[in-house]
Amino acid sequence: MTKTLEAPADAGAAPQDKRRDAAAGRVRRTSWTPRWVAYAQAAPMALVFLLFFVLPLVATFIVSFWNYTEYSIEPAFVTTNYTDVFYGCFSGGSALCTTFATYLSTLKFVAIVWAATLGIGFTVAYFLAFHVRTLPMQITLFMICTIPFWTSNVIRMISWIPLLGRNGLVNETLVSAGLIDTPIEWLLYSDFAVALALIHLYTLFMVVPIFNSMMRIDRSLIEAAYDGGASGFQTLTNVIIPLVKPGILIGSIFVVTIVTGDYLTIGIMGGQQIASVGKVIQTQINFLQFPIAAANAIVLLAVVLLTIWGMLRLVDIRKEL
Amino acid sequence: MMTDTTNQRFSRRTLLKGSAALAGVAAAGKLSTFPTPALAQEPVTLRYLSTAVNQSPAIAAKAGEDLGINIEYIAVTTDDVAKRVITQPNSFDLVDTEYFALPKLLPSGNIMGLDASKIKLADKIASVIRNGTVDGKKVGLDGTAPAEVLYLPSEQATEFAGEETGFLTLIPTTYNADTLGIRPDLIDGPVDSWAALLDPKFKGKAAILNIPSIGIMDAAMAIEARGDMTYGDKGNMTREEIDATIAALIEAKRAGQFRAFWTDFNESVNLMASGEVVIQSMWSPAVTAVRTQGIPCKYQPLKEGYRAWASGFGLPVAIADREKDAAYEFINWFLSGWAGAHLSRQGYYPAVLETTKEELEPYEWAYWYEGQPAEQDIKSPDGKVLEKAGATRDGGSYDERMGSVACWNAVMDENIYMIRKWNEFIAA
Repeated sequence: MTKTLEAPADAGAAPQDKRRDAAAGRVRRTSWTPRWVAYAQAAPMALVFLLFFVLPLVATFIVSFWNYTEYSIEPAFVTTNYTDVFYGCFSGGSALCTTFATYLSTLKFVAIVWAATLGIGFTVAYFLAFHVRTLPMQITLFMICTIPFWTSNVIRMISWIPLLGRNGLVNETLVSAGLIDTPIEWLLYSDFAVALALIHLYTLFMVVPIFNSMMRIDRSLIEAAYDGGASGFQTLTNVIIPLVKPGILIGSIFVVTIVTGDYLTIGIMGGQQIASVGKVIQTQINFLQFPIAAANAIVLLAVVLLTIWGMLRLVDIRKEL
Repeated sequence: MMTDTTNQRFSRRTLLKGSAALAGVAAAGKLSTFPTPALAQEPVTLRYLSTAVNQSPAIAAKAGEDLGINIEYIAVTTDDVAKRVITQPNSFDLVDTEYFALPKLLPSGNIMGLDASKIKLADKIASVIRNGTVDGKKVGLDGTAPAEVLYLPSEQATEFAGEETGFLTLIPTTYNADTLGIRPDLIDGPVDSWAALLDPKFKGKAAILNIPSIGIMDAAMAIEARGDMTYGDKGNMTREEIDATIAALIEAKRAGQFRAFWTDFNESVNLMASGEVVIQSMWSPAVTAVRTQGIPCKYQPLKEGYRAWASGFGLPVAIADREKDAAYEFINWFLSGWAGAHLSRQGYYPAVLETTKEELEPYEWAYWYEGQPAEQDIKSPDGKVLEKAGATRDGGSYDERMGSVACWNAVMDENIYMIRKWNEFIAA
């Protein structure tokens, strides 16, 4: 991975060159490619980012300070949208304000889903990487993992409903088997249903990067650990886990950011009874309250960025890659 | 994507001129094979923006057949119709929206009045819409009653007229009186009051709309029926009334009263049909949809009366001449009976009752409008049996149902505050 990333691109090779050049005491170029070519190669992606990411983001940020009425938004510089977002949060009342309550509920799902997808994802990846011996078999099994992803994630989510409902398959089976008398109510439209659907949807995002990291572990390291007398568990904690940290981190970033912004799964599986930041934003947009929706979006973005920043502090992903 | 085709658009007049010139040319025996725009012109397409509930493929097909107008449906949710009118006024030629959205649509200046003199049956529009009366008696006008927002002083006005004028904001397409839908097979005992929505007897089996402006009115009907408080105007609450209503809803939510909330027509059908919910505020065609699946569902009349709504055609200011002519032609066709009869068979009421009566079979009219037992099986527009012979319509005749309206769907003055409180309820 390291080699393929750095070899063709002039930009990638530059820092190393400089270091070497600094030692040599003079500037010497090693590539025949003119310097501007690298910028030209990066330009299309940069342009796409600028048009479809940076500009909308700037617009959102600006609009979050505007005024609004029922049918119009007006350029202004007011901070009322932000004070409205945090309405009642710092008044010292015993009840949590809407925004804090919403983020707390989201945080709960992030924690549950992260722990579950990490557990399942790591186990699946470990099995694929270390227990399956041949490469064709590994690839086949890996492809099988991706089969559910050939359908839309909304369909994968909705197909839980007939299974979990009050008169659904699970309840009917349990009742007819005599295990329960009355249907279990908390299977659907509950925290459980939301967590289940989220874990189902996003486990693969954990499997892929962890599997990738595991495949790049030099097998002789594991042999060395065994030769040195380490038990299987010691090998796992001292050799494998430290080496797959970047994979875990990348998977975690995927899962944490997706779950934080999710409102479709929470809406459908929670029967719209569970709050999510996305749903709050959607309601406000539906009622044309774009500025306060923008303020909410900026707050959400800040929370996600903070989370990622915190996670990156734990693992230096650039060094590991 | 829309491409600008203005240069290919022709009003009917230039079209006539063109064909007259062509006839002259052809008569002179010259250039008879010369291609002309008049001959190459495609049938006019009207982009019809509304919720999915109002979009019947059969109506589009029949209009195409009768008028040669191509109807292109754009289906979005109730809230999105209003959003689209305000933010993308060029993306449709005809909008079918609810009257309660008007107080925010009109000031945007994106929709214009319809000229009553071009609508043949304008004076035949049902009195409940025109002046809020049924059979000469006033109905409840809490909320945004259509009669209060029907007229404009001029075509491009952005404020409502106080009295009857020659310009109408919306020409009614459908309207009805909403009440609670119940599953009689899963409920013991009678339900006769809105209070049942919050009755602990239905704990975990009730649902409410997650469209704040409508959901809060259903809640208000229930809270008032329960005797907790009385509202000045349920369609235009004060902050204190909103606070009290939301507090009562939060209490019910924490006690586990609700199974789910819904925003989309189809969600309410699924909740009811699957038995997840046995009592909820419903829309009339949703009840019909549950019944066509062979599942018993009753549109229960309640002693406090109904929450009514009405929806109608509006024109965007930006409409081109050719589309504008076609829109008037389509609206006139819509009022002329066939569409009214089609919608009646789904349980809606149409703008003009007289022409609808002509298109319905006498036994259908008697069932849908007069509250009489069905002489034969009642069928939905697609031919499925809705009711066996002998059944009567829930709530009775047109006069009984529309005459018992208590309030209308509304947008409140305190709407922004209300939405903040509603989000609090969802997060609770």
